[in-house]
Amino acid sequence: MVLALAAAALAVFFVGPLVGLLERTPWRELPALLGEPEVRTALRLSLVCSLSATALSIVFGVPLAWLLGRTRFTGQSVVRALVLLPMVLPPVVGGVALLLAFGRRGLIGQWLDQWFGVRLPFTTAGVILAETFVAMPFLVITVEAALRSLDPRFEEAGATLGAGRWTVFRRVTLPMIGPSLAAGAALTWARALGEFGATITFAGNFEGRTQTVPLAVFLALETDPAAAIALSLVLLAVSVTVLAVVGTRVLAGRRVDAVPVAS
Amino acid sequence: MSLAARVRLRRDEFELDVELDATADELVVIAGPNGSGKTTLLRVLAGLIALDAGHVVLDGSTLDDPTRDAFVPPERRPIGVVFQDLLLFPHLSVRENVAFGLRAQGIPRAEARRRADGWLERVGLADRARARPPQLSGGEAQRVALARALAGDPRLLLLDEPLAALDATTRVEMRRELRRHLASYAGVRLLVTHDPIEAMALATRIVIVEQGRVVQAGSPEAVRARPRSRYVADLVGVNLMRGAVSGGAVVLEGGGRLVAADLPAGGEVLAVVHPQAVALHGGPPEGSPRNVWPAVVRGLDFEGERVRVELGGELPMVAEVTPAAVHELALADDVAVWASVKATEVAVYAV
Repeated sequence: MVLALAAAALAVFFVGPLVGLLERTPWRELPALLGEPEVRTALRLSLVCSLSATALSIVFGVPLAWLLGRTRFTGQSVVRALVLLPMVLPPVVGGVALLLAFGRRGLIGQWLDQWFGVRLPFTTAGVILAETFVAMPFLVITVEAALRSLDPRFEEAGATLGAGRWTVFRRVTLPMIGPSLAAGAALTWARALGEFGATITFAGNFEGRTQTVPLAVFLALETDPAAAIALSLVLLAVSVTVLAVVGTRVLAGRRVDAVPVAS
Repeated sequence: MSLAARVRLRRDEFELDVELDATADELVVIAGPNGSGKTTLLRVLAGLIALDAGHVVLDGSTLDDPTRDAFVPPERRPIGVVFQDLLLFPHLSVRENVAFGLRAQGIPRAEARRRADGWLERVGLADRARARPPQLSGGEAQRVALARALAGDPRLLLLDEPLAALDATTRVEMRRELRRHLASYAGVRLLVTHDPIEAMALATRIVIVEQGRVVQAGSPEAVRARPRSRYVADLVGVNLMRGAVSGGAVVLEGGGRLVAADLPAGGEVLAVVHPQAVALHGGPPEGSPRNVWPAVVRGLDFEGERVRVELGGELPMVAEVTPAAVHELALADDVAVWASVKATEVAVYAV
């Protein structure tokens, strides 16, 4: 009974859609479809935006993870909840929130506009912001878990050897959580690449400026189904690759531990 | 070079209050049961825990003194630490582990590597420079940890149960090697252990810490002769003699010989006899004991149901007997007795 349910779930939810997509893929026209200017523009934009979002997530996410995983302060659980909120928030709501904060009349946006002349909504920078907002939690939780499982005495050993905080972080902490950081970055990138809801709400759907691959897929589904399928296939390939690189190991929650010394 | 410390610290229910002085001329071993505060004491000296009250002064410069608002963080203290689980960096090669402290001091990479290689040579691991810590044997990892701690040329060397992670055979070998390296090191040396053999074999002075307090301090001989607590008597109050294996017995440095059931092939050894294993007799004993010798009572120490009898003569030892036996043999100072020990009760360790 359990086995039958599991098999049915596998067929309906996992294998079915995958086969459906692959079966309808116009394999022969694929190179031509992917070579179309609009498709290539969307691909390039997606690549730039998702990589930028990943970089931003690392720059801001690692210190956040450190704060959550290695220190104790009042209101820590509130901060953690805030950081993780985008993971559970419907992306469209995230987009609306971003619009209200960074829009031209928004809380922060009006000052950005007045003081620096910076307008984020409906720009490429806006896409990057939306993707970072949605994807950064993946980096934070992965790195935080790694920091928690890292024996802090390794860092103490570094300190007794004369290394200051920054040197210890750079030469001990960072390399030891390296595998988790890489896994977190890969997950973050995959999430940023697939971002749809927050992007279209906050940045709109302008070809060459804010139209990333998921947006292009959605649009093409009505006008050019073959192109939509081709682009979907690209996203699918990326997902499978990330899964293979990150390994099911990290996703399944295996801790990345300090390797004990053999004795 | 000298260390002067008065350590007062409160952690929840635990209170540490220890006064400790050490010079470079001695090797101070801090011994005590688990949970006595030994490791905490080392962590305070290393600067990993700040004092509540007291002071830590090394060579006249204050490292920690809450009343004067002085605290030097660990990275700016001239210390080397060998941690209990060694804590070698698993992502760095053996060479980079040893060079880590030098690099942190701002020494250029090439020079740091050259010096690290020199240290690896000294501990006999020149050919393991490229290995990673997980690939090392226990003894090798131990040597790397020691080289790493010494490479930065510290003025204070702290060792926390340095041999605890090793198996029995390697431990004997490493203890000998550790003794050699510690002898050639010029700074102040402090070693923490719960192992009485280790304490006796390495120390020039033993400081016994129990429940956060120093209960006894002195030379190994003095501590052994007059243990001031049950723990010391049980763990340190063993008869421990240096000697060499010769002709199927241990020829002791102080004269006399002991027959033991199990002997190493040869070389310098420590012979250990528990006071309970030393039997006392009014006249020459009959039967099978292999070690029998005449002795003179030098002192009696009553500890409830046990009496420690200090014996003089050709084989000075401490025997532990019951008050009834004291009465029966009319033991008192300067009374002549016969002592015996079975060969199976003599434990022999290679040094």
